[in-house]
Amino acid sequence: MKGTNLGEFEELVLLTVAALMEEAYSVAICDELTEQTGRSVKLGVVHAVLNRLEEKGLVKSELGEATKVRGGKRKRFYQLTIPGKAALVSAKSMRDQLWDRIPSLVWKKA
Amino acid sequence: MEEPRSPQPPAWAQRFVEWYCKPGLVEDLTGDLHEYFERNVRSVGPRRAKLIYIIDAFKFFRTYTVRKPTLVNFFINWIMIGSYFKTSGRSLMRNKLFSSINIVGLAISMSVGLLLIAFVLDLRSYDRFHKQGERIYRITSVATFKGAQGGKFASTSLKTGKLIREKVSGFEEVAILRNDFTQDARVGDHVLPIKGFWAEPSLFRVFTFPMLEGNPDTALKDPYSVVLTETAARKLFGSEDALGKVIKFDTLDYQVTGVMQDVPFFSHINFEALVSLSTAEQLNRNDQNFEKWTSMFSNSVYLLLPPTADITAIQSQLDALAKEENLAEENTKIQLELLPLYDIVVGENLRSGSMSGSRGPHMPPIVLWILGGLAFVVILSACFNYTNLSIARAMRRFKEIGLRKAIGARKSQVWQQFLTEAIMISLAALLLSFFLFLVLRPQLINLAPEMQRTVKLDLTPSMVAAFIVFSVTVGVMAGLVPALFFSKVSAIQALRNVSKVKAFKHGTFRRTLVVIQYTVTLIFITTTVVGYVQYKNILAFDLGYTTENILNINMQGNKPDVLMKELSEMPEVTALSRSLIVTSVGNAWGGYMKYKDSRDSALVMTNNVDENYLPLHGYKLIAGGNFRARPTTASDAHEIIVNQQFLKRFNISASDPEKAIGEEITFSNFKMNDHKMTIVGVMKDFHYGKIENLIEPVAFTFWTPENGAIINAKIQSTDLLATMDKIESTWKKIDRVHPLKAKFYEEAIEEAYSEFSTMIKIIGFLSFLAISIASMGLFGMVVFTTETRLKEIGIRKVMGASDGSLVYLLSRGFLVLLSVSALIALPATYLLFENFVLRNFPYHTPVQIGELFAGLLAVLLIAFVMIGSQTMKAARSNPVKVLKSE
Repeated sequence: MKGTNLGEFEELVLLTVAALMEEAYSVAICDELTEQTGRSVKLGVVHAVLNRLEEKGLVKSELGEATKVRGGKRKRFYQLTIPGKAALVSAKSMRDQLWDRIPSLVWKKA
Repeated sequence: MEEPRSPQPPAWAQRFVEWYCKPGLVEDLTGDLHEYFERNVRSVGPRRAKLIYIIDAFKFFRTYTVRKPTLVNFFINWIMIGSYFKTSGRSLMRNKLFSSINIVGLAISMSVGLLLIAFVLDLRSYDRFHKQGERIYRITSVATFKGAQGGKFASTSLKTGKLIREKVSGFEEVAILRNDFTQDARVGDHVLPIKGFWAEPSLFRVFTFPMLEGNPDTALKDPYSVVLTETAARKLFGSEDALGKVIKFDTLDYQVTGVMQDVPFFSHINFEALVSLSTAEQLNRNDQNFEKWTSMFSNSVYLLLPPTADITAIQSQLDALAKEENLAEENTKIQLELLPLYDIVVGENLRSGSMSGSRGPHMPPIVLWILGGLAFVVILSACFNYTNLSIARAMRRFKEIGLRKAIGARKSQVWQQFLTEAIMISLAALLLSFFLFLVLRPQLINLAPEMQRTVKLDLTPSMVAAFIVFSVTVGVMAGLVPALFFSKVSAIQALRNVSKVKAFKHGTFRRTLVVIQYTVTLIFITTTVVGYVQYKNILAFDLGYTTENILNINMQGNKPDVLMKELSEMPEVTALSRSLIVTSVGNAWGGYMKYKDSRDSALVMTNNVDENYLPLHGYKLIAGGNFRARPTTASDAHEIIVNQQFLKRFNISASDPEKAIGEEITFSNFKMNDHKMTIVGVMKDFHYGKIENLIEPVAFTFWTPENGAIINAKIQSTDLLATMDKIESTWKKIDRVHPLKAKFYEEAIEEAYSEFSTMIKIIGFLSFLAISIASMGLFGMVVFTTETRLKEIGIRKVMGASDGSLVYLLSRGFLVLLSVSALIALPATYLLFENFVLRNFPYHTPVQIGELFAGLLAVLLIAFVMIGSQTMKAARSNPVKVLKSE
């Protein structure tokens, strides 16, 4: 494990994996990210991130059933591991804490 | 995929990803790319989709996708090779019969390859010792003579050299070398024949011939100066210092102005001494022909070009020069060309003039290609054995390969293993063939006298390296097919049931190999037999006169009278005559003759003979008679005896030769012009040249003492050795310096055709090898098939099959193969000889069917004995023992 610190994009990918549940494979993740964030996400980047997340042990992957589309190649499905979930939770709670620390005054002034 | 017409991503990009990608990631990565591609096809069209695919394929090339660096693989391979060696070694030891057949077969055939490699490397090492060799060119002359055969000559005229020096620009140096300084050197009482050239000081600037004593710039400057090689100097002066001493050639004194290192063996110019060219100029002061443009048979001109030379510019200057000179000539046109030094020994076949324009060894590349081709065929045959036997043994190795594959051997690892095995065999064969090489080397060198002068076949480091490379190549050649064959095997098939493997049923490939092998072998042996019969026919050919028991003694410049007298007193010598040359062995002498029409001149071959020559050689006169006058000078000789072709050529009453007697002919040669001669006799046609030439017009004129002489002595003796001794001691009384040069006519003819006998010996040797290799291969196959069918034979025996029927059963297949190869080989050989080889011999005898079958029988006999013995052994085996096992 290379530490649980998540980069911003890593976090997004990890969240998407969690959101897509059973359908989390690279192309779907890529589409979902594009849709949700509105930025153009490159397949290669997603791949690299998924690979890094797997190395960190935050996701695990396995090959799905053979399909006729995709040139007969199987999909690699990703799933959150327990450390993965923990990392997301801790990331969220860290943010929440930080949010909580912002006095409401600040927002009003702005 | 489900829609056959749907656009596909570029296959090469896909393969590229598969190549670099980690095996575990390949599938989903390419799958993703594919999915993306299909989507893009719909959204942006197939063209852009393909482009995006390619870009993405490259983008995926990242550290985490790329497989482990190849260095690691390489390392693993090295470790694996060790294991390959071990397993290969074991497999070789387990199959001793097959291994030894393969090793011995490869070794025998490879020894031919080694000899050829050594031979070629020797030829290619010629003239490499010259430091500026790459920049040296020889001038060759392409000459056309009016009314006679022209061609490309290695020589050129002295004038060419001088004109180049004066008029051509863009070269560094010219060296003129004049042929054949062959004289007796006299130092005090000591006499020694010396061979050398006439040369200029520039020779030392063009070529690398290091001088030991004397100044190379001046040594060959003055007339009557001579440069000796170290060995020649020692022969003449012993341990004394040669420099500055005087040598007598003929009656003139020459001063030794230099001693140089001996000429290396691999030099196309070879000599013992160099005499200054200025000497030749002095001696030939009165000869108008000496420096003529058309006197192009006795000199070589070498050019040293600067490193940045413009060859085409020099060539066009030479063309211009030749054009100008040719204007003045009537009968001869000469063109000049540049020939690189390194293309002299292995290069185009140049004609040599009567004075031998091309000197030193020479080998046309076509001969090397033919020899190489033949050697390749023999080696290929041994490789076939290997391929055949390995595949035949396949059944026994299938389990091994299946297991290897099952535990994760990749395809490449299987074929690597089989290649390693083949290379190990070929390296083992190299050791053996190297010993064969050492044994065969002297045989090859002694095959022909020219060979001894041409090659040494000594081992050099580059030769050894070439041997090893060659051996590995042969190993790859032999092992490639088995390696590919075995690597295709799937683990499941191999482990489940060997006999059901599809590839194993492909006997066609093996059968084809056997047929090819035997076809080649049969062609080899029938060629040898037919060639030998033809060669014997050539020797026994009726030349039109008799050569039996005639000893030709070359007088080597001595006057023949004394020896003639001595010989005539010997009881063994029954008849004597004199002639200028010995005919029918390739010597030629001639001049231009004219009949009444003074514009129609033709080259006529001549010989000068005395009055005893015609009866001694049994020439048949069909009209007129022998010489009557006995002139003592050539200009006094006016009688001429011609052959039938001569009459035909000049249209002199060919139908009635009697009428030709008394007709007048005008004769011109290099000594005299427009000499009038009268026909006194007409001979039946005979072969003046070698038998590959057509019968040409020939004229005999009277031999006069100013001619060089050959004494033709008819010998009638029961003890030839004693007679020869007697003649030799008589010769010694006349000439103490030169050893007797005497040869029986038939011997001389045999020597004249020695290239044929050499060729036949080589092909014969190769066919012997081809037979033994093919036989060994066949033997292995027979042993193998009978072994694998032992059970079947056992059962058949138990069921009551007779030995004879079993032998028939086992050998039938092989006999069919042999018949097929015979059916291919015999017509092939026949056509080869009738259409190509014998075309060059207008007077050959046709190929006899019997000769073809003689070779066939020999090969088939060996094959039958082998097949028969093995099948008999199998048929007689005890079925109880065979069936009990397992």
